[in-house]
Amino acid sequence: MIEVGMKIEERVFYIDRAMLKAYADASGDQNPIHQNEEFARSVGLPNVISHGMLTMALVGKFVSDWAGSSSAVKEFSARFVKPVIVPADQKVDLTVSATVSEINGDQIKLDISATSAGVKVLGMSKAVVQK
Amino acid sequence: MLNPDSVGRTFDGAESVTVSQSQIDAFCAVIDEKNTSVAPPTFAIRISLDQSQAILSAPEIGLDWSRLVHGDQKFDIKRPIVAGDSFTCSSTIESYRVAAGNEIVSVRSDLFAANALVVSTWSTLVVRA
Repeated sequence: MIEVGMKIEERVFYIDRAMLKAYADASGDQNPIHQNEEFARSVGLPNVISHGMLTMALVGKFVSDWAGSSSAVKEFSARFVKPVIVPADQKVDLTVSATVSEINGDQIKLDISATSAGVKVLGMSKAVVQK
Repeated sequence: MLNPDSVGRTFDGAESVTVSQSQIDAFCAVIDEKNTSVAPPTFAIRISLDQSQAILSAPEIGLDWSRLVHGDQKFDIKRPIVAGDSFTCSSTIESYRVAAGNEIVSVRSDLFAANALVVSTWSTLVVRA
């Protein structure tokens, strides 16, 4: 039974440099801040950072899996508040959880939380799924 | 700097973009999505950012994409994207402001296949000073 206030179990995704390269190739976003440490530092970043849209794609997977299918996702939004920092030779966490915030017929709205290394990386992240 | 005359205007992409199964497969593989019969919910960004970049980099519009940071993103999905969809894109500059020298632009892009709206995306893009 899905009710307002219901919490969806937390799930941890792992991001590494190989995933950033794969996402760059799959999305066409080859911005060097997502692959080249020297370049990232030269523009004032602490290290290579994840594509915000990769973070969002993984959160989308969390939402799709809970809803049963990618096809169930009707709306999805997020603000990129802090970067996910991806040092070389490390897997960093993307920890995702959500709460059911509204139910309108078969449309369920989720408020989503996403952190990496304990830092909130997405703000105002919401999804509407049909279930 | 963005030409202020562009704000509120809609620009249509010149070319249509056809989605292939291999593009969907590659996107699914990154996030370990096993169901590749439809595209994942954020796949539309692959089309809409490219298309809006091509549209909005036109000299008369003047957006500098080389210093761009993604501020926020929203998708409104009418139906999932599938292989074989051929999209045309129209992009509207919904708002524009300058804060501390940064240009903040909100762009809505609508993806149409066979004259039907499939996905709308809203991107807030920050051009750093």
